[in-house]
Amino acid sequence: MIRGLVNELREFIAKNFLFCDEFPLPDTASFLESGIIDSTRVLELILFLEERYQITLADEEIVPENLDSIQSLKIFVESKLNVLPCNESIHGSVN
Amino acid sequence: MQLESFLEESARRFPDKTALIFDRQRIKYSEIETRCNRLAHAMVERGLRPGDRVAIWLENSPEVVIALFAALKAGAVFLVLNSTAKAEKIEYVLNNSRARVLVTDCRRAHSFQKHWSIVPHLEMAWIAGASERIDAQPIGKSQASLSQDFEDHALPSSPPEKHAIDVDLAALIYTSGSAGVPRGVMMTHLSMISAATSITTYLESTPDDIVLNFLPLSFDYGLYQVLMAFKVGATLLLERSFTFPHLVLEAAVRERITGLPIVPTVISLLLQMDISRYDLSSLRRITSTGSALPTSHIRRLREMFPQAQIFSMYGLTECKRVSYLPPDQIDTRPTSVGRGMPNEEVYVSNEAGRRVGPGVIGELVVRGSNIMKGYWEDPVETAKRLRPGQYPWEQVLYTGDLFKTDSEGYLYFVGRKDDIVKSRDEKVSPREIEDVLYRLDGVAEAAVVGVPDPMLGQAVKAYIIRRAGSNITENDVLRHCAQRLEDFMVPKTVEFRDYLPRTASGKISKREISP
Repeated sequence: MIRGLVNELREFIAKNFLFCDEFPLPDTASFLESGIIDSTRVLELILFLEERYQITLADEEIVPENLDSIQSLKIFVESKLNVLPCNESIHGSVN
Repeated sequence: MQLESFLEESARRFPDKTALIFDRQRIKYSEIETRCNRLAHAMVERGLRPGDRVAIWLENSPEVVIALFAALKAGAVFLVLNSTAKAEKIEYVLNNSRARVLVTDCRRAHSFQKHWSIVPHLEMAWIAGASERIDAQPIGKSQASLSQDFEDHALPSSPPEKHAIDVDLAALIYTSGSAGVPRGVMMTHLSMISAATSITTYLESTPDDIVLNFLPLSFDYGLYQVLMAFKVGATLLLERSFTFPHLVLEAAVRERITGLPIVPTVISLLLQMDISRYDLSSLRRITSTGSALPTSHIRRLREMFPQAQIFSMYGLTECKRVSYLPPDQIDTRPTSVGRGMPNEEVYVSNEAGRRVGPGVIGELVVRGSNIMKGYWEDPVETAKRLRPGQYPWEQVLYTGDLFKTDSEGYLYFVGRKDDIVKSRDEKVSPREIEDVLYRLDGVAEAAVVGVPDPMLGQAVKAYIIRRAGSNITENDVLRHCAQRLEDFMVPKTVEFRDYLPRTASGKISKREISP
């Protein structure tokens, strides 16, 4: 379990892509639909994930299912680290 | 002949052939033609008149293609807006073009809600997408569902009566200008047909082509992929973007693409991936434009795709394409962008307007029926670019780009006459960004420059002098820009300075700002 994973992800997206302190959207909001990421930002996001969590992303893992929202990022990073899902609350509705 | 004849002719010759593949859905030429005809009739019924402007603000999708051909069929002029443009820019372009129709989706319509009242010329909207109606105040006087109209069997499936002739305006393509506001490049049916004909001639395009396009359709390079595929009856594999390269490459493998139009930034991304696992042996042709292709990129591309021809090209929106380097010349003169395309003449000119010889630097001038007719309602900027040619009726295009030629007439890019920056292969106007920066409280002075960047070509950098007492941060500046500018214009870095060097006349001297 990684304490603070969701908060770290929120903070990274907020600071680097939205230039604000707090992530203003629900954790299920699509980055693509919200216009938050594009091809160069995906690279920045991957670099952050690889450095911060010491994981390596294969090309076929760089897909919206894994990287398109705070929630999908959380699930993906946890699966890469093979850890139990943490109890941190996810903001917004989960459908 | 009119531009929409590209679609009409291919629908007649190849009615059952796949014209467009998007999200695994395959759309035949006859289906696109019918949808465009129905939508065109719906537009005319709702009051669209020949010459009216139809603005399209959507991400890459079949709806963009259908809307633009429907507008042409109705005798109107289309403009495709950058899907990442923010509300302020959209408001400017809608007002500048006095568009009467907007084709968009719910999300963008919502984001534009506060601005509807200040675009008085906009009368009609067509909304694309699943939830086809927006619940907020309607846009303009009437609002309709795009897909309901192009699927409406009560509307005729044959084209409406033609009004346009080839000297009529077909499209406005907005591009960054050094004055800081976007300018609408006016292209007639003839200019666009001429450019598409020249390009498909030297590329030797055929109906067997399967071309992948993930470039934005608001960018002329992306738009012409549609026009040229439809002109020759080829198939276009349309993708939203290159944000997730694996998905795009999987689709490219699945559809066995033969043509790949790219820009140097995308090549940099491809070079970071293990491409060998994707079977792209069907690929016959790679084209690149936007900025000169680095020689290391050319070498790596040849290693990755030994069976494909590589076309290094150069162009600007004002004439679509200027030149291409024949693939057999790429090893001999890799830094050249080639020579003028068929049915076009290009030369290097000195300040007095006289042609100069090999090795002499001058401004590149273009002659041909592909050049624009000017900037929309901007005679001052138009006069800087279009000047009298050798015949009384002719105008030639002064590109603003400095070039020289070698002894065989091949062109070499030297630099720009103005301070326009090329970042992510898009033209960026420093003035436009500076104007936005000056609207942020706490900015006393601002200067925007391009700095070399291995991925982006040039990265946008802002130098700022804070107002006395202000403590604005880099994040404050970036957030302010991100809310107002397209993604590629948002500075990559911000540096605060206490003073900036000046010229004798008191202007900030960008050349003297040391990085």
